[in-house]
Amino acid sequence: MSEVLETRADAVADPDREAQGDVRTEEMLVNMGPQHPSTHGVLRLVLRTDGELILEAEPHIGYLHRCAEKIGENVAPYQWIPYSDRMDYLAGMNNNQGFALAVEKLTGLEVPERAKYIRVIFAELNRIASHLVAIGCFGLDMGAWSPLLYCFREREMILDLFESTCGARLTYSYITIGGVTHDLPEGFVEKCLEFCDYFEPKVEEYNQLLSFNHIFVKRTADVGVVTPEEAIAYGLTGANLRGSGVKFDLRKATPYEVYDRFDFDVPVGMPGGQGRFPKGVVLGDCWCRYFVRILEMQQSVRIIRQALGDLPPAEKEGVLHKKNRNVKLPEDEVYVEVENPRGQLGFYVQGDGSAIPSRVKVRGPAFCNLCIMHYVTRNCLLADVPAILGSIDIVLGEVDR
Amino acid sequence: MSWIENRFEEGLILTSVDWAQNWARAYSIWPLTFGLACCAIEMMATGMSRWDLDRFGWGAYRATPRQADLMIVAGTVTYKMASRLKRLFSQMPEPRWVIAMGACTVGGGPYFKHGYHVVKGVDLIVPVDVYIPGCPPRPEALLEGILRLQDKIRHMSRAKDPVVEANKEALAV
Amino acid sequence: MAAKIAVARANEDGEEADPVMSPEDICAHLQKQFGEAVVEAVPQSAHPHVVVVAAKWSEVARFLRDDPEMGFNLLRCISSVDLLADDKLACVYDLLALSPVSAEELMTVRHAFAVRVCTERNDPHIPSVADLWPAANWHEREAYDLMGVVFDGHPDLRRILCPEDWEGHPLRKDYEFPVEYHGIPGTTEHELYSPRH
Repeated sequence: MSEVLETRADAVADPDREAQGDVRTEEMLVNMGPQHPSTHGVLRLVLRTDGELILEAEPHIGYLHRCAEKIGENVAPYQWIPYSDRMDYLAGMNNNQGFALAVEKLTGLEVPERAKYIRVIFAELNRIASHLVAIGCFGLDMGAWSPLLYCFREREMILDLFESTCGARLTYSYITIGGVTHDLPEGFVEKCLEFCDYFEPKVEEYNQLLSFNHIFVKRTADVGVVTPEEAIAYGLTGANLRGSGVKFDLRKATPYEVYDRFDFDVPVGMPGGQGRFPKGVVLGDCWCRYFVRILEMQQSVRIIRQALGDLPPAEKEGVLHKKNRNVKLPEDEVYVEVENPRGQLGFYVQGDGSAIPSRVKVRGPAFCNLCIMHYVTRNCLLADVPAILGSIDIVLGEVDR
Repeated sequence: MSWIENRFEEGLILTSVDWAQNWARAYSIWPLTFGLACCAIEMMATGMSRWDLDRFGWGAYRATPRQADLMIVAGTVTYKMASRLKRLFSQMPEPRWVIAMGACTVGGGPYFKHGYHVVKGVDLIVPVDVYIPGCPPRPEALLEGILRLQDKIRHMSRAKDPVVEANKEALAV
Repeated sequence: MAAKIAVARANEDGEEADPVMSPEDICAHLQKQFGEAVVEAVPQSAHPHVVVVAAKWSEVARFLRDDPEMGFNLLRCISSVDLLADDKLACVYDLLALSPVSAEELMTVRHAFAVRVCTERNDPHIPSVADLWPAANWHEREAYDLMGVVFDGHPDLRRILCPEDWEGHPLRKDYEFPVEYHGIPGTTEHELYSPRH
C-alpha cells in the first residue's frame, strides 16, 4: 500500500508527468462536515484531493465554541465545575477532577482521604465509559455497526453506577472543589465489583468482534502512522502518544490523588508481530492507537478493584472540605494537568485575590491531538480520513471549548 | 405528499385519509444525524439497545438532510454553526419537524449569560415544534418529546388551511 | 511545516542520563545565559516561571528546546492573559522535558517549567515558536483569535474558533458582547433594555 502511495506522491510532485503520458487529474476541494456522521460532532475538514489521494486536509474548528473560558473568569470556581463537565462530555468526572485539583492547588485546600479514593474510582470508571464510546464509534466509522451496540450496553451499566451516586447520567459535577459532593450510596462497592467481574471478560469479546477482525485490521493497520518524535513535537498525549510507543502516563510520571498507591501497567503500541499485535501493524498507526484504549480499559478495572479494596471507611468530617465554596483565590497562578481519557487535560488558573479567578485557560487534549490531523493525512487515501480521525478520538466540546 | 395537501375542503373521506397518512407518518420518522454537543450522546444512547428508539419507527438516522423528516437539534448552536443549521433545515423536504433538545437549544441554557458565541435558542434560526428541557435531557425525556411530536403529527390535516389560503400570495414569494 | 524535530533519544552507549533540574537551576541558567532578557524569575511558586522580554523570546525558546540540559521537548499549553491594570497582554508557555523516548521503561518528567512573555496591549507582538514546537501552531492561533496577540513569523495566523468575520477579541477584559451577528440577535437582555431600531 505505502509503495503505491509513494509512487502517487512522486507523480504529483513531478512536473514532467504529462510528458510521460500520465493522466493529470484535476484537484478537487471536498468539504467534509460540519454535519457529517464520522466527524464525531461538528468538525469540518476541507480536503484537497487528487482523485482518491488526499493532498491536504485542513481541519476547521470552532463550530461548538461555547466560551467556557470567558465564563470561567466571571463565575466562582465551584460554579464553573458544571462547565468543565460540558467540555469533554464523555469524561465529565475526569474534567471535574482536573479543575478541582487546579483550584485546590491554588488555594491549598486539603481533600479528605476517602474522597481521593472515590475520585480515583470515578475517574477510572469514566475512563472506561469514554473509551467504550471511542471504540464503538471507531468501529462504526470503519463500517462495523454491532460493536457500538455492545459498547453502549456496558456503558449504560457504568452510567447506572454514576446515577445511583450523583443522579446524573452525563454531566455529573460530582467531583467538586474540596472533595466530592456526596458519599457513596449504600451497596455501591458491591455493585461496582459486580460490574468489574462482568466487564473484564467483555474486553475479550470486543477483541473477537472488532480488534482482530480481518477487515478492521486491514482498514486501520499502517494507516496514519505517527512516529514517537512527531507525536511529542505535535503535543499528542494520552492514548495517541502511547500508541506511538511512548510509555508516558501522568498517573505514573507525576502521580496525583492516590495513583501512586496502585499497581497498574501503562500499555503502549508495538510493531506488528509482537505480543498480540497482528502482522501488518506499524508502530503508531490507527490500530495501535485503538488497541491501547482496549488495554487501558483492563488497567482501569485493575485500579478500580484496588481502590475499592483500600477504600478508607467513612469519617465524621465526610467527603467534602467544609470551606469548599468560600475560598478566596490568592494572587498566584497554577497549571495542573491530569490524565484524561483523551490525553493530558491542563488547567491554567490565575487568581487575583477575589473569589473569582481572573483567567481560566483549558488545555484540551483533543484540541492538541487534532492539530496533527493536517500533517498525518497528507498523501493518504480518501477512505483513510475517517480511520485517522476516529483513531485520534476527538470530542468537539473540548476542541472548541 | 405535498400534492395532496391544501387541495380539498374538509370531509369524511379526507378525514380517513388524514388518519391513515398521519398514522404512517407518526411511526416512520427519519431523523437527521445532527449531534452538536453533549445532548448528541444522549440522543445516541436513546437509539442504542437500552432505550431502543426503533420501537417507535424512529431509529433510521439519515446522514443527509434530503432523506430526513426531523431535525433533532441536540446541543449548543453557535453563531458559526447557525448558517449551516439553517441551510440543512432548508434542504430537508416538507413536511419537516424540528425538536429542540436540551437547555442550550431551548434558550441558551448555561451559556446564556457570558456566551458571546452562543445562539440564545435555536428558534431564533428555525421554527421549533417540540422543546425538551434538561441539560442534557435524559433518554426518557427525549422519548417523551418524540411522543409529543407524534401527537402533533396525528392532528395534521390535508384539508385547506384557512391561514395558508388567506396568505397564499405572500407564502408563494 | 517541515520543522526539525529534536527529541532526546536513549543513549545506547550507556552514557549518563539527561540531568534533572530544579526550577532554581533553570532560572539561574537562563539568567546566566540571557542576562537582561530575563526580567523576572519566580522559582519558588506553585507555578515556577521566568518573565522574558518579547524581543528575545525566540532565542530563549530555541535554547530551552535544544540545550541538552534543558531539553523541553513537549509544549503543553500557551495561555494568553489580559493584564488590563498594567495595560499589557501576556502569554504563558508551559513546557515539559520528558526523559528519553522508550516503549519498555516508564518515562518520567525530567523537569517542568513555564515562561511568561509580556507585550503591549495596544500593539501586541510576540515572536512565533510554531517552527520550534509544531504544537504551538494552533495554540498561537487560538491566542490570536481570543486575545488578539499577533505572533510574528507564524505560518498561518488566522482565527481558529470564532468565524473569520468576527469582531474583537473575546477574552479581553474590555470586550463588548455582540449585539447581533448576521441577523441573529445577541442577547435577549439587549432586546429588553435597549431601544429597538
